[in-house]
Formats: sequence, structure tokens, C-alpha cells
Amino acid sequence: MKKIKCECGHINPEGTVLCEACGKPVEENQHIEGNDKKKLLNMRYDGSARRSLTYNRSIVDKTWAFFSSVKVGIWLIVIALIASALGSIYPQEMYIPAEAPSRDPAIFYEAQYGILGKIYYQLGFHNLYSSWWYMLIIALIGVSLVICSLDRFVPLHRALKMQSPKRHKNFLSRQRLFSETVDGTDEDKQRVVESLKLQKYRVTEKDGNYLAEKGRFSRWGPYVNHIGLIIILFAALLRMTPFMFLDDYVWVREGEQTIIPGTDGEYLIENKKFTIEHYDESDERFRDALMNRDDQVVKNYQSDVIIYKVNEETGGELEKFIEDEIRMNEPLKFDGYTLYQAGYQQNEFTNMSFKLYETEDANEAAIDTFTVDLTNPEEEYELENGMTVSIEQYYPDYYLENGEPRSETNYPRNPAFVFLVHEEGEEKPEVSFAGIGKNIDPTGENKYKLGLADFTMHNVSGLTVRKDYTLPFFIVGAAIFMIGVIQGMYWQHRRIWIQQDNGTILLAAHTNKNWYGVKKDIEKAIVDTKVNMVVDQQELEDEAEAEASEEKN
Amino acid sequence: MSLDKVREKKKGKKRKRLIFRSAILAVLIAAIVFALVTNAKDDKTIYKAGDEAPNFKLEQISKNNELETIELADFKGKGVMLNFWATYCPPCEAEMPYMEELYPEYKEKGVEIIAVSLDATELVVHRFIDKYDLTFPIPHDTTGKVMDLYKVGPIPSTFFIDSEGKIVDKVDGALTLEKLEGYLQEIEPK
Repeated sequence: MKKIKCECGHINPEGTVLCEACGKPVEENQHIEGNDKKKLLNMRYDGSARRSLTYNRSIVDKTWAFFSSVKVGIWLIVIALIASALGSIYPQEMYIPAEAPSRDPAIFYEAQYGILGKIYYQLGFHNLYSSWWYMLIIALIGVSLVICSLDRFVPLHRALKMQSPKRHKNFLSRQRLFSETVDGTDEDKQRVVESLKLQKYRVTEKDGNYLAEKGRFSRWGPYVNHIGLIIILFAALLRMTPFMFLDDYVWVREGEQTIIPGTDGEYLIENKKFTIEHYDESDERFRDALMNRDDQVVKNYQSDVIIYKVNEETGGELEKFIEDEIRMNEPLKFDGYTLYQAGYQQNEFTNMSFKLYETEDANEAAIDTFTVDLTNPEEEYELENGMTVSIEQYYPDYYLENGEPRSETNYPRNPAFVFLVHEEGEEKPEVSFAGIGKNIDPTGENKYKLGLADFTMHNVSGLTVRKDYTLPFFIVGAAIFMIGVIQGMYWQHRRIWIQQDNGTILLAAHTNKNWYGVKKDIEKAIVDTKVNMVVDQQELEDEAEAEASEEKN
Repeated sequence: MSLDKVREKKKGKKRKRLIFRSAILAVLIAAIVFALVTNAKDDKTIYKAGDEAPNFKLEQISKNNELETIELADFKGKGVMLNFWATYCPPCEAEMPYMEELYPEYKEKGVEIIAVSLDATELVVHRFIDKYDLTFPIPHDTTGKVMDLYKVGPIPSTFFIDSEGKIVDKVDGALTLEKLEGYLQEIEPK
């Protein structure tokens, strides 16, 4: 390892841009920060050596150096952004509509979007966000984050810890804020230092050279912030393990018992009752708010449930575990699982009773009634007077399509039947169609009619089942991230150097942001002294450049 | 300090750095591998071409077929077209006549068509069978467990399984007569 000895006697590691002790620019390394082309020094990482830029020996070092580059990190982020955007051009595979002629992605994309769709599919964008290469890019951003932070934090920490108040003249004069006071006295210097102390600067001294420093901890803001991000990425990783995270959904009918998905059959849920409550329009408190609403406003969605646990010891017997109510925002928690009220289906039919009566009977007096269990309708129902009614067709969720009756779903939401009524002795049965509010005689010659006499209904609760042990990690990560942001945003690392060189007072200052603030501090400090106010050399440079370019034009 | 000592110190430092960097990189690589592998595994739960078709057993309800139960394992040595359907699903209904049309011919050739109904009630299935005179076995998946096992999303969904029990093709959406025949030829036992 080649070390660089500065004229102040300090030995710097290879790759140092500004001497760690006195700040004198290290001649041969000025190109690293581009200082060779500018008057002002780039104070990034205080000119300390970033190891990764200097050693490239083993594979480990080379990998390290690659990820240590902020440029690489930014490119990774840009690639991830572009990829994410591309993934949203056409729907992802899981969002291919169910009614598409073919849901096979190999066919769907081309059929729907033509040649572009085909390319989209062939490049694997139809399943982008869980594709291995997308995940890899995200993971590499994480790697870059860790290594960039480590590779900068360590040397910067070192550089700031070993700062010497005594700096090389060259270092001071090439700071953005700088002034020289030719006939400054010791007294003036002391006064400035005292005033800075009053402004809560921490002052260190060496051989009559002073460094006043404030808010150094703001420099760690970005690193704290990165630690937060790393914890969040780690939490996202944990989320992929079924042990840490589970997200499922279950529909439970009133009165029904069903296994809670994701619990490996360990828990069952029974839905006792599902209720929707609305705000009462006659209540004075709500009347004004509800006046302009046509619809009712829901106050409460609630499922009353019982959780059963399967007892393995007694051979799978069910034991009542918890009986509770689940409301919106008031989930039921047990054994790490959380059940949220997430959906509902109202008024599914459980049973329907029909009565048979003679068409000509104006009173519609029932000859007999029968009840159809909609979860399991029978083929035939025998009536008292020897007549039978058989079900020719059953439409649980009836609708008409091009004049043809069909069922839209499996669920008995709007049940309708085609019944055949057999009279004893008659050869041909009578056909009749009955449903909710429908009682149709297709021939117009039926002797008997079927009418809906009674029905029972039930509701269905939709519950989200979730187990999430990763949330605390996300919260901690986000909190640390926020602390880092605040730390770096609302504080600034201000440094003011005061030195005396043969009766000349050199005053220089650097801050990572808010130059106006540090100028104000200096203004205050030099009141009643002969010390000259610092000059903003950056502004001068900018003006000079502007003039030069104007002249050119 | 002698020159040798300085060199030794340098060497020690370099080694420490190498160990530190290697350790950090190892941890990061382990995390990436873990993430990618878990992600890849998740995909595997959805059965794809090339996977072994998982076994199941269901009651067969079609009166036109003599089988009482259907167990997939019993069909080893035969090609199996495993179709998931329901009466309320129009595209399912559309492909049923094609399946019935090709069934007798391909049954001779050693290909069985199994159409798992996902309907809630048996009655509607019976009426549907009567409407189209379906003769192939129709197991009734009342609890949706086989649908869950095969991770069937929207229907119709069809798996073509070869005589060794391997999934050759998975087709989402309805099949035309020509396409259906092509797939059936593929799983014909040789």
C-alpha cells in the first residue's frame, strides 16, 4: 500500500484528495474530485480516500468497487424505474380478464395488442414484478445501498474525527467562503472565536489555529436514512416467507363452518350472523348530513363468528376457541392471525317454498306446498294428493340472455326454476317457470300454477385472513428513514477556520447546505472587529463565467 | 518500527478488509439467493407443463358413465384431459360438444376425458349432462378442493396429462374443435 506523506507530517492513505490533517490538496489525486480544473475544492467526503477507488485486486475487491459506485446505484434505480413503467403498459398476467377468448398469455397478448403485445409477452413483461430479473435489479439496488453506505461512512467518519484545526493555507483559500485580513490582531481573532462559541459552535484549538464546528451529526443523516431503507428491504424479504406473512380470503355463509385458509386446517370459522347497519335518517345528529343523499350510509359492517380449533389429541375434535364480532377496522386477532371484515354478499337464498294451486282458483288456495333447499335441490317433490313436481331446470343466479334463461354464477342470488307438474293419470306434465316475482305459464293452458309461498335468506361474509410479523420491521425501518431525513435536512454541518499567518487573519468556512446561514453566523462573529467579511468565491466564479460567456457571444 | 513489521501490519489490515468485504458480500448474496428461490418456488405451486399432475379423488356423478369415483392415479398409462368447468360459464359450455364429439374416438386410443364440475349443486350438472348427452366422467368438486389443488383461476381451464402422469399442456380459456384434437393427439399413449 502506498501512503502519502503530507508536508504537515501526516501520513495519508492512498487515494486521499485532501490531507486528513491539514487539508492541503494532495497533488497527484486532484483529478479524483475534479479539483485540478477548478479553483474551489470539492469537499465531498472531506477529500478522504475511498478505498474502493484505489484497490482493485481480488474479485471481492472488484465486486465491492463496482457496487460502491453511486453511478452504478443510480443506473440500477433508473433501470428499475424504466422496467416498472414498461410493466404497466399492458395488463399483467393476473389481470387478464376472465371473459377473454383465451387467457393463455401466449395467445392473449398477441390477439389483443398485436405485434407489440407479442413482444411484450416474449420479453416476459406480462409477469414483470415477480420475474427473477426484476427482483434481481431490486436486490442489486439493496446491495449497492449497503456497500455505498459502508464505503463512504467509514472514511468520512475517520476524516471528521481526526480533523485538525490547523489547516494548510491552500486549503483555506480554496474554500467557497474566504477572507484575508492583513492587519488583524490576536484580540480580533479571540473575539471572533468567543462570539462563535456563544453561537454554540464547538471550538478546537491548535497552535493558535481555531476550528469552530456545528451540527456535525447532520452528516450522518444519509447513512441513518440508508439503514432505514435496508431494514425496509429486509422486511420485504421476510414477507416472502409463509412463516412471517400470509394473506388470504375466505367466504363464509351464515350458519356455515369452514376451514380458515392458511392455517393448515388448524382453525375453522363459523359465521353466526352478518349485519349491515345504516345511519338513522330520523336521528337529529345525522339528518342534515343525510338530507342530500339518495342512498343510505352504512354505519357498520359486522360478522359475528366463532373460531374453532382442531384438537389433534382427541383425533380432530373441534374445540370452541373464540367467539367474537368482526367489524370494519376492528379485526379479530388470535394466535398471530388477523381476520378483517372485507366483503359481504347479502340476501342469498337458503330455502324457497312453493305452493301449488289451481289456475282458476281466485283465492290461490294451496293444494300443497313444498320447500326446495337451494344448496341441494332434489330432483322430485311428492305432494299429498299424489301429484309430483320435478325440477327440470334450476338457475341459481337467473338472467336472460338472448331470450334464453341462464345462471350468471353458482350463488343462489336470484333463483329461478323450470318445474314439471305431474298429475296422477296424466301423461304429459305441465311446464311452469317460477322465480322471484315470476310465475310464468309458457303454454297458457296450465291447470295448475306454482307460486312462491315463503323463503329464507342468508348473508355471506368475506373475510381477509392475514398473518403479518413483518409490520414492526417496516415501522422501525420507516421511522429510522424519517429520522435520517430530518437529521440531514434540518441541520447543517458548518465549519469555520480561523488562522493567523504573520499577522494576517485567514477566515474560511464550509457548510454542506444553507450558505446563507453560515454567512449570517460569520457576520455576527466579526462585529466590532477588523476581520473582513468572507467573500463567496463561488458567486464570483459564477459571475466571471457568465461574463465570459456573454463576451463570447 | 522495522520495515518488516510495517509490512506485516499492512498485510494484517488488508486481510481484515478482505474478510470484512467477503462477509458482507456473502450475507448480501445469501439474501438475494433466498429472495429469488422463494419467489421461484411460489410459482411452482401453480402447475405448469412438465410438472407431475397431483393426484385427487372425487365422486363421479354423471349417470351416463359407469365409474363411481375418479382417482387420477387410476389412469396411469392413459392420456388424460382434465377439464375444469361449470354450467354457468358460457365458454365452458361452448367447448363441451367438441369434447363429446371426440370422446368415443380418443377413448379407443387410450385418452380419457375427465371434466371436473365446479358447480354448487348436483341438479344443475345433471340437467346440463342431459342437455348435451355427455358420456365422459364428470366428477363433482363440491368443496373446491381439487380446484384449489390445481390452482385453477378463471374457468374453463384444461390440463393435458400424458400416460406417465406429466402435465404436457395447460390451456386457459375455451378450445376449438381443431385445437382440442391437436392436444388430444399429443397425449395419446404411444
